[in-house]
Amino acid sequence: MAADLERLRQEICRREEELSELKQRLADMEKKSVEDASDGTEPKTIHNGNQKLTNDQIGRYSRQLILPELGVKGQVKLLSSKVLIVGAGGLGCPAAIYLAAAGVGKIGIVDYDEVEISNLHRQILHTEHRVGVSKAESVAISCRNLNSSLNFITHKVQLSSDNAMSIIRDYDIVLDATDNVATRYLLNDACVLAGKPLVSGSALRFEGQLTVYNHKGGPCYRCLYPKPPPPETVTNCSDGGVLGVVPGIIGCYQALEAIKIAADIGTPLNQRLMLFDAIDCTTRTIKLRGRQVLCPVCGDNPSMTQLIDYEQFCGARATDKDQEKKVLPASSRMTAKEYQTLLENGIEHVLLDVRLPVEMEICHLPHPALNIPINTVKKDPSALVEQIKRQLASSGIPLDTSPVVVVCRRGNDSQLAVQLLHDSNLNIRDIRGGLHAWARDVDSLFPVY
Amino acid sequence: MAVPITLEFSGGAELLFANQKKHSIELPGSQKWDVKSLLPWIRDNLLQERPELFMQGDTVRPGILVLVNDADWELMGELEYEIQPNDKIVFISTLHGG
Repeated sequence: MAADLERLRQEICRREEELSELKQRLADMEKKSVEDASDGTEPKTIHNGNQKLTNDQIGRYSRQLILPELGVKGQVKLLSSKVLIVGAGGLGCPAAIYLAAAGVGKIGIVDYDEVEISNLHRQILHTEHRVGVSKAESVAISCRNLNSSLNFITHKVQLSSDNAMSIIRDYDIVLDATDNVATRYLLNDACVLAGKPLVSGSALRFEGQLTVYNHKGGPCYRCLYPKPPPPETVTNCSDGGVLGVVPGIIGCYQALEAIKIAADIGTPLNQRLMLFDAIDCTTRTIKLRGRQVLCPVCGDNPSMTQLIDYEQFCGARATDKDQEKKVLPASSRMTAKEYQTLLENGIEHVLLDVRLPVEMEICHLPHPALNIPINTVKKDPSALVEQIKRQLASSGIPLDTSPVVVVCRRGNDSQLAVQLLHDSNLNIRDIRGGLHAWARDVDSLFPVY
Repeated sequence: MAVPITLEFSGGAELLFANQKKHSIELPGSQKWDVKSLLPWIRDNLLQERPELFMQGDTVRPGILVLVNDADWELMGELEYEIQPNDKIVFISTLHGG
């Protein structure tokens, strides 16, 4: 049954990709046949008196063509512009679909990753049956369904110091729709070196930020942030959470800024930063410093003339995937299965869950737990040690024999907690891999978030 | 003469201040206040946890952008900017997610 389901999913995917390719071929052939026809004595545009747009294009883009600011001139610019979107996620999806709708002639999409079910609440161009498919390909399929007359290029690679320049070279405008600090510095430096404007968006929880770097005398990312933030101050969407519509809004703004730059209309957001707060529904646009003459990459005497090692520079990996920490020795850890055995044997213990209360509401282990979030543990570990000791004593359990078991979502915070709560009188261990391991190794019906 | 000002924290910086984004405060005493003297005052009087996530040395940690009355503090003199009554000073933690 499961194999049948999987086979069916793969089949749908394969056919979708095939269909998408056929559509692209049809569009190419249609374009060619129009061009061939116009090689004759009668120009194809004789009926509309317009040398620049086909009747199909006039029909499709009519509602924006009649905007005096855009007009035929702006639409022709859009159709001949080339925009690269780096990151096919919560920002990249809405940006891509609006750029495709507006008729940006060539749209490149960079993403090494594959679609996961937990992406779908915000990465709205992917679909349930494209779970496991390349995100770049998935975005191209959705965009092609909306507008098959454009040229979509997928780059299914992780942007790196080795490939960034050669990928960016073919485009006029770059969108930073990435999810980590190292890639943001890399993309900034590459855009400065290649002389391309960078439309940068970011989102977390209920907030979004938007600006245009390296454009018309404005600053680059490095002018604003010469030093990378300490890794422990950086929160990703997986840990901090994000309401899907927030990157949706910021991604739409990124498409808007790219369209304005491509069509050369309006006032771009260079040297300004827009801040969006969804909780209060406020936006605020603030004035930024100009290009810094001492900036190591875009300054008057730049010391950086080629790309560097950005993971080293930032002290953090160029991904927002969670890394498994190894803080504790094996003797201070137990497996999910070992905890299951402990439960089945009815061994008295204190279970300490260090997740947030909001996470406790999602799911928790089948044993009453003391819920102290890790940040509270950090504030006063010794008070918590005393609290645990009191709890053990009031149950009449001997301190040194009965275990204290610490659990969290993935087994990272639980290690920190064990380290902080270390006390010679306590037998304290964490569950390796946390609730994810419990779901994987013990209870397949336990939810994973 | 205390100096009344408004402080705001966003982009996650508010999490260091009991999740409160807006603070109306009065800087005490008769001396002149600049951003340089404001930062340790905030650390000692408002900050709820982990000062290293707010300050590094005598300035804000990398990744926090400071605004003085809705302008990048770089345009206003950074640490040397002399605080005026009713100023609005904003601390924004840069977001990286997407």
